[in-house]
Amino acid sequence: MADLRPAAIMGGNRIPFARANGPYARASNQDMLTAALDGLVARFGLQNARLGEVAAGAVLKHSRDFNLTREAVLGARLSPWTPAYDVQQACGTGLETTIHVANKIALGQIESGIAAGVDTASDAPIAVNEDLRRVLLQVNRAKSLPQRLALLRKLRPTQVIPETPRNAEPRTGMSMGEHAAITAREWGITREEQDQFAVSSHLHLAAAWKRGFFDDLVTPYLGLQQDQNMRPDASMESLARLKPVFGKDGTATMTAGNSTPLSDGASAVLLSTDEWANERRLPILTHLIDAETAAVDYVHGGEGLLMAPVYAVPRLLERNKLALQDFDFYEIHEAFASTVLATLKAWEDPSYCKEHLGLSKPLGPIDRARLNVNGSSLAVGHPFAATGGRIVTTLAKLLAQKGSGRGLISICAAGGQGVVAILEAA
Amino acid sequence: MKLKIPGVPSPTRLRRYAPGQPLVDGPVLVGGAPGGKLRDPICEILGRAGASVGESPSAVAEPSRWSAIIFDATGITDIAGLLALHAFTAPAFRNLRPSGRLIVLGTPPEDCPQPKAAAAQRALDGFIRSAGKEARLGSTANLIDIAGGAEDAIESTLRFFLSGRSAYISGQVIRLTPATPMPTPDWDHPLRDRVAVVTGAARGIGAAIAETLSRDGAQVIVLDVPAQGAALAEVANSVGAIAFQIDITAEDAPARLATYLKDRYGAVDVFVHNAGITRDRSLVNMPAEQWSSVLAVNLGAQLRINEALLDQNVLRPGGRVICISSTSGIAGNRGQTNYAASKAGIIGMVQALAPVMAKGDMTINAVAPGFIETAMTKAMPFATREIGRRINSLNQGGLPVDVAETVAWLGQPGTAGVNGQVIRVCGQSILGA
Repeated sequence: MADLRPAAIMGGNRIPFARANGPYARASNQDMLTAALDGLVARFGLQNARLGEVAAGAVLKHSRDFNLTREAVLGARLSPWTPAYDVQQACGTGLETTIHVANKIALGQIESGIAAGVDTASDAPIAVNEDLRRVLLQVNRAKSLPQRLALLRKLRPTQVIPETPRNAEPRTGMSMGEHAAITAREWGITREEQDQFAVSSHLHLAAAWKRGFFDDLVTPYLGLQQDQNMRPDASMESLARLKPVFGKDGTATMTAGNSTPLSDGASAVLLSTDEWANERRLPILTHLIDAETAAVDYVHGGEGLLMAPVYAVPRLLERNKLALQDFDFYEIHEAFASTVLATLKAWEDPSYCKEHLGLSKPLGPIDRARLNVNGSSLAVGHPFAATGGRIVTTLAKLLAQKGSGRGLISICAAGGQGVVAILEAA
Repeated sequence: MKLKIPGVPSPTRLRRYAPGQPLVDGPVLVGGAPGGKLRDPICEILGRAGASVGESPSAVAEPSRWSAIIFDATGITDIAGLLALHAFTAPAFRNLRPSGRLIVLGTPPEDCPQPKAAAAQRALDGFIRSAGKEARLGSTANLIDIAGGAEDAIESTLRFFLSGRSAYISGQVIRLTPATPMPTPDWDHPLRDRVAVVTGAARGIGAAIAETLSRDGAQVIVLDVPAQGAALAEVANSVGAIAFQIDITAEDAPARLATYLKDRYGAVDVFVHNAGITRDRSLVNMPAEQWSSVLAVNLGAQLRINEALLDQNVLRPGGRVICISSTSGIAGNRGQTNYAASKAGIIGMVQALAPVMAKGDMTINAVAPGFIETAMTKAMPFATREIGRRINSLNQGGLPVDVAETVAWLGQPGTAGVNGQVIRVCGQSILGA
């Protein structure tokens, strides 16, 4: 086996993120993923290029999209000889595809690849009623007409009610917001803290757009030129007017303003070996140094649903002999403002770090001025599988602009999972 | 677009270039006045291009005999010498094929120390402009003035004016100055291995320029404002170019652009300033911001980018800068005081920068399109549009590709002798003639 060679990240492309049932309401996952890939092709001159692979995925996915990524590649301007596959790890999907492609590059199995993700909450799959489905499958298996007729007599009017996807955990029946509200209460995260955090996300994002930071990261799509959810005029006053939507009355702190909205969008990241990039004179922004995935047992009450990154990060730091403070930028996915705040509090808490993470001393605080400096999901929106690619390219460009240093990415995901990674300036 | 109006002749379909097309579609008649030294080089060029050459004009009518008439008038030094021009072209002119070419090669009048020689050479100017107006069926007439020492630099220009690439240029005078052209190994892909940048490339003329430069072999980088990014990516992907979204009027745009081009390509060979906007209003009704935004996009950005290109050595030796001006900038246009000012300013910039560019073996030129069929002209009122189309010698509007072909010719490594000029692509429009 060849020596390990950290994968280079040259940049990426995404379409502006839209609010669900907004400008992308009629766009499918395949449409948006193809658009994100084509924008990347245009930016890097990859027309008809055969890459090592394209890995992508979606969280909300139609059954007909069993080969979503490959179909998008065939529809995009890449060479149709480029292999592709789907990955699905809830909100971790976009970062997980990046890790997949980077690992294959590091191992010398491929020279180049694209990691991507897409999601639509507008064009969500609606499934046939489960009872109806069972009857229809039995009819299909039946051998004679009388048997079929007997089965068809079992059909009931209630079976026309379709199954729509819910943003809820199958094992607890609780929505992600309700889970997050429990964690917020446990850690004593106040409404003011959360609103303040959301305001800064919007203001940071608006400032980044204003100074052209996204000029070479985003390609407009279907008439949308900037992230639709962004509120450049967000303020504590405007957020204070919102009623809590998650948690119990009285103690509830989480509103639509400090939670991410349902969103539509797609993103893609270009990775390769240093040699592949150099041959094409593509400047390398960063290298992906290492990554870690963790899961927590949120079902039996051991831990909060979105707390897995809290466990993944110390393992990643330990392996790389780094302290939490050794980073120039932190990109912590803002599923909810309270999630980020609880994560940071957990790392600062000596007894929690000792009992839950097995650490002799806490990871300690981070410099908040280095956290999500260009805004994150609260302002940008969060099309589940597209968030990872957005964060990777944003951080890669931040590090390239700085010219040195490293950044930490932390993304929580449904099912009690977390994906984290380290990027280093090239 | 091809509306027939009773009593108005319908325009001839112009012979335009398509890949693989021969340089000319019939024999070329070559002649000259005594003292001219260009007949042999011309015949060599025609021979290399596979064109057959005729030497004597037929006295009888033979319609569609000649694809082109080339007359070397460089040796003419007095009025008597002009008689040879008349004797040669008069009988042959009626025998031009449709989309035929009359090309006269002259000596720049200012290079003639004798007043009678200068007068005779300047006479060619009036001759060619009138011939352009008399030309029928899509034929054109152009004069190429060749300064002493520029004789070796004629091939790319002669080929351009013979070919379908110059379909919409007529009645123009082009000046070749002494320069050492870089070799062109493949005339079907004269821009092979050249790196070219086009601003304002998401649509219209800019998109056509990107397509044409790419067709001629260049690696093209297309630029437009981020808001036009979707269309820009489509152009890039359809012509095999690279998209770079940037607002060229931004404070840091020249520096960002220079850094990007140096990082990605080391340096570039061709830079096409095409981006432009219109904000039409009569002078008395024009708000200051409409005035300023047009000047900022159309002229200010070009000045600042050129400065960065030169200061930071972004252009390779042999570099070509091509700036899209407009006949509005030459003739003026009602409601366009801001636009015409910006487009005239471009000509001033080109003329001032030409000697600076020449020192680095580079050139800078302006292309001034006349009435070109685009989304912009489609939005004009019917009568205005129809008049705009018709008031030129070719009796029709030009196409974006006509501007693009002119840009591609100026971008060629062989077009070293054309510098500091304004090439009008207007079908010899009567405006500003």
